[in-house]
Amino acid sequence: MRHPSPRLLHQGDTALTIEFGDAIDADLNALVLALDARLTARGWPGVVETVPTYRSLTVHLDPVAVDPVDLGQQLLALAREPLAPSPARAVWRVPVLYDGADLDAVAERHGIPAGEVIARHTAPTYRVAMLGFLPGYAYLSGLDPRLALSRRPSPRPTTPAGTVSIGGAQALVASIAAPSGWHLLGRTPVRSFSPARDPIFLFEPGDGVRFVAIPVERWNALDRAAAAGERVAERGEA
Amino acid sequence: MRALRVLACGPATSVQDGGRAGWQRYGLSASGPMDPLAFATANVLLGNPPGTAAIELGPGGGRFRAEGGALRLALTGAVSAASVEGAAMAWHRSFVLREGETLRIAPPREGVFATLGIGGGLDLPSAMGSLALHRRAALGGLDGRPLREGDALPVAGEAPSGESDLRLDPVPLERDRPVRVVLGPQADRFTEAGLATLLDAEFRVSGRADRMGYQLDGPAVAHGEGGFNIVSDGTVPGSIQVPGEGRPIVLMADRQTTGGYPKIATVISADLRRIAQRRPGDRVRFEAVEVATAVRLARERAAWIASLPERLSPAGDALDRMWQANLAGDAVDALREPD
Repeated sequence: MRHPSPRLLHQGDTALTIEFGDAIDADLNALVLALDARLTARGWPGVVETVPTYRSLTVHLDPVAVDPVDLGQQLLALAREPLAPSPARAVWRVPVLYDGADLDAVAERHGIPAGEVIARHTAPTYRVAMLGFLPGYAYLSGLDPRLALSRRPSPRPTTPAGTVSIGGAQALVASIAAPSGWHLLGRTPVRSFSPARDPIFLFEPGDGVRFVAIPVERWNALDRAAAAGERVAERGEA
Repeated sequence: MRALRVLACGPATSVQDGGRAGWQRYGLSASGPMDPLAFATANVLLGNPPGTAAIELGPGGGRFRAEGGALRLALTGAVSAASVEGAAMAWHRSFVLREGETLRIAPPREGVFATLGIGGGLDLPSAMGSLALHRRAALGGLDGRPLREGDALPVAGEAPSGESDLRLDPVPLERDRPVRVVLGPQADRFTEAGLATLLDAEFRVSGRADRMGYQLDGPAVAHGEGGFNIVSDGTVPGSIQVPGEGRPIVLMADRQTTGGYPKIATVISADLRRIAQRRPGDRVRFEAVEVATAVRLARERAAWIASLPERLSPAGDALDRMWQANLAGDAVDALREPD
């Protein structure tokens, strides 16, 4: 795997970040997830938790138990070793009702019918590059570049839970209602964050995701099932 | 069953404990107290294990009543006039609120967050390993929401039985001293002038300040040629991110776990409470320190908290404290209704 020179960035005294690059890039993300897996497997004194993102791994630490300068040097050395990419754990089939407020506008911007936007959005197997910002928000890599579109000039003050959207080269599954400047393509009944369910968070970083278009009747039925605690996303082997 | 009844409270009043670590990789920040030292002090005063759930009061004050039995309580953090049935009650000491008595807490004259510690803690169901409210996730606290008038909080443990009241000296907030930061992780995304603005200028806390973050008013902090968008990466409590218009936001306990604005610097953990306790309009200055200094200060703070039980002293009787408080003029304020 291509192996750019990682950088050590300190975040005060309670965290440090190993940065592999500053782009949205599947190879960079694979390195991040591989380092995360290796770090988690070994167990490091003083490490509280880790947060993988597109291009960096943030390591939260207890500065009483470990010196972040020493730990940073050790992790940097680890990051420079050859890292084998971890295989995807699972591929989730995520049902989507494509009734988003921006579906037609996205089609118009690209000069294609709305049906072609859906076809291009449902074709790839995406990868969960990171979960972040808000609980269960799944940021996906693998968007068809012919759908890429810079974000809306003004964000919407609120978008519903389960919103499926695109922004730049990324696709997103949102878990809870929040403001968003992304383009809304549809809604999924899948709850990526559900505190009363096991598992609480459906996706792990590195999981595969495929979108499946469903009609409104199916959405209604699945939404009721999801409200009752079912996963409603089908899990397939990678 | 013993309970603490909420008769009135401000909108930013919540149950907090040591926080909910371990879920940040899924986008859920840890929450926990905005003033960890005040929170730890309250639990030591009450003989509670570290991290026992307490009530974090926002700037509005509140009124609380003991029901079903007596409660042992302690007030720490942003000091205001407090009274029990009209008699002033001093801060940073434990005391007993007898069944049916009402504790009134006025809005603080300075600072934002007070801790109302409860002997024995609260008997509430844990949400993902913690009682701490994370408002955006609707998790923890009472039914995943802030406290409001009429709530009854069941109290755990045994009723007080004649233990003596204890006191501790508070650690001053040193409002006039700068808040210390470690530069980075994205200091290289700013111009020299932008860095100089952060470290030399005076900022004020804006009206957009809550448990997620405090935005600051002041001169714009200039980004470099790379602009103000980065590919999202991890944040910490104390991250100072700078959005497009150049007005810094200090991220707090309920922050977003990742962010797409460059982070010019990070408030050191020992100083987080000092910025958390500043209210809209209060001045903020920053001073850069090395990571090693931040680590030393974090360890000194942890050692201080570990030594608190040895520092406890008898509080004397409540009447004596009331008399002192009266001399200080607090009793008059204590009769005011909270906002």
